[in-house]
Amino acid sequence: MRTPVTVKLFAGLGPKGWFAVALAALVGWVLVPMAHLLLPEGHPLHVSTYAITLIGKILCYAVVAVAMDLIWGFGGILSLGHGVFFALGGYSFGMYLMRQIGREGSYQSDLPDFMVFLDWKELPWYWSGSDHFLWALFLAVAVPGLIAWIFGYFAFRSRIKGVYFSIITQALTYAAMLFFFRNETGFGGNNGFTDFKRILGYSITAPETRLVLFGLSVALLLGALILGRVLIASKFGKVLTAIRDSESRVMFIGYNPLHYKLFIWTLSAMLCGLAGALYVPQVGIINPSEMSVANSIEIAIWVAVGGRGTLIGPVLGAGIVNLSKSWFTTSFPEYWLFFLGLLFILVTLYLPQGVVGAWAKLRSRKAVAPAAPALAPSVKAVAATEPELPAGSAAKGASA
Amino acid sequence: MRVESNISRNAPADGQQEHWDGEASTGHVLKPGELDLSHNVILYLDDITVSFDGFRALNKLSLQIDAGELRCFIGPNGAGKTTMMDVITGKTRPDSGKAFFGQTIDLTRMTEPQIAHAGIGRKFQKPTIFENHSVFENLELALKTDKRVKKSLFARLFGDDLDKIADTLRQIRLTDQADRPAGLLSHGQKQWLEIGMLLVQDPKLLLLDEPVAGMTDDETERTAELFVSLKGKHSLMVVEHDMAFVEALGGKVTVLHEGSVLAEGDLATVQADQRVIEVYLGR
Repeated sequence: MRTPVTVKLFAGLGPKGWFAVALAALVGWVLVPMAHLLLPEGHPLHVSTYAITLIGKILCYAVVAVAMDLIWGFGGILSLGHGVFFALGGYSFGMYLMRQIGREGSYQSDLPDFMVFLDWKELPWYWSGSDHFLWALFLAVAVPGLIAWIFGYFAFRSRIKGVYFSIITQALTYAAMLFFFRNETGFGGNNGFTDFKRILGYSITAPETRLVLFGLSVALLLGALILGRVLIASKFGKVLTAIRDSESRVMFIGYNPLHYKLFIWTLSAMLCGLAGALYVPQVGIINPSEMSVANSIEIAIWVAVGGRGTLIGPVLGAGIVNLSKSWFTTSFPEYWLFFLGLLFILVTLYLPQGVVGAWAKLRSRKAVAPAAPALAPSVKAVAATEPELPAGSAAKGASA
Repeated sequence: MRVESNISRNAPADGQQEHWDGEASTGHVLKPGELDLSHNVILYLDDITVSFDGFRALNKLSLQIDAGELRCFIGPNGAGKTTMMDVITGKTRPDSGKAFFGQTIDLTRMTEPQIAHAGIGRKFQKPTIFENHSVFENLELALKTDKRVKKSLFARLFGDDLDKIADTLRQIRLTDQADRPAGLLSHGQKQWLEIGMLLVQDPKLLLLDEPVAGMTDDETERTAELFVSLKGKHSLMVVEHDMAFVEALGGKVTVLHEGSVLAEGDLATVQADQRVIEVYLGR
């Protein structure tokens, strides 16, 4: 009696959602590549290589933001160490890219340059198989997933919650950063991996390769959004939001929150890993600074700015913050962190539901009052816009 | 594993008879994890002690609840009523003592979800429902079913489930509110919804902590009717301060004081007890 997955997908997204997905795919896979390849430079609609790389990078960030939203916005678990999963995915795939350099490095050796520099004679055991594309891709998903599973199992089993959980995730990413900074770890120390030449034999700087990577980023983001949508619409999603709102009630009606949290936490980490694997060939570098605490906090800010508990919000948030970041860091580099801090404070104070929440509020205000609930996309939005009923107004006194 | 002579007197003959097959000399077969009501007792608490930083919330508390019984608990604040429910539902581990559900299920070794699955449902003092979910979804989540992740990912509601939810909605009089967010209900309605969430779980034993606090007189009366109708099929333990409500429920009353049982009996007897009067009126 199980519904085929495709039917579930269609039911979960609705015609409007599928229209949006199709539109995004059309833009990402057809219009942007055409504008990049066919239109001459200087044409007002020409999309430059710089723009392709920047947007591709932001798309990867957006996937991370969606993954973050799944655990924070829907599961109520704030991770301030999600950068570690992103970076682990990046490093796993980066190993493959390093091997693809072949003998074209500065030392013309089979080993990556940094190993020659350290006077290593052969690859460490964990580098074996890294010249296989599929193995690297597998690692990019499996390593973050495994680490997240082990970490999550112990943290959730011990019922570590709220700010305590956030703090240990920070410790996790910080410890990982220090570990990757060491040259002996075998991941290039503080320089990390760079100077990539090829991917699957194709030049990594060729416009066609870049466009394929860009198209894959679009696909990954759309896939993450569809997956998120289906998950949230399922009973699993309802249990997840119930855990966020009242964990003890969930336990007393017979659900074990450990398994639910662990599932979404691990899934979120795996999504981050995939995003990292797509990010590295596009930006051409991965180093331990990706694991810095500040980076992970920034991920939380993307989600907060866009709107927690909505799927499109984090995508918008990642776009808004990163576009302003690239503008700021070229125009007033020293003020970027001040601006980021200010943005976070303003959003927390004035837009607690983020950009999407503010938009929903605006729309419901415009709509005539009696018709208001009809347009609400979710229960949450209704709850946010309708005033709370006075609790127990006609009630007699509670217990003595 | 002993054969008790009074078993045939207490137990409903048909259901229990199967257990005797082939085991006539040694007693009935134990099925691990299944509720064993062969002595017609659903809950044993024996010598339970719980202390918080030296304060004894429960002090050698011992009591029994019969299968199908409706038992009320009264007592001044700090008497240990809520702590008792915490012990039964696995939220608090006792320092010493035994807590058994039926003859065989040791509650002190189980987690909250395991205890819920075994058949103990709990309503909290403050209504705890999922405010962002609709009334219907609240019941859907509570529904008795396989509650593991894998099942939840592909779960769908079938006719039986929908019927059960519809019946319960009627019972708690929230049919016309089914699609509203539960957070928008009145206080009394939230209490009803939480009771409904217990009912769809189909528990053997219901723990109800101040179920009518904040209800109107009319709602209180209807709640009493509902509880009385549940008696027999389910066992109920009700903590309540509202004496009129306790009276309406009938049945035995247990008075708790300083973490142990002070008096037990029907309401009139208990209210006439000199020690109970002292505890309530102050010394």
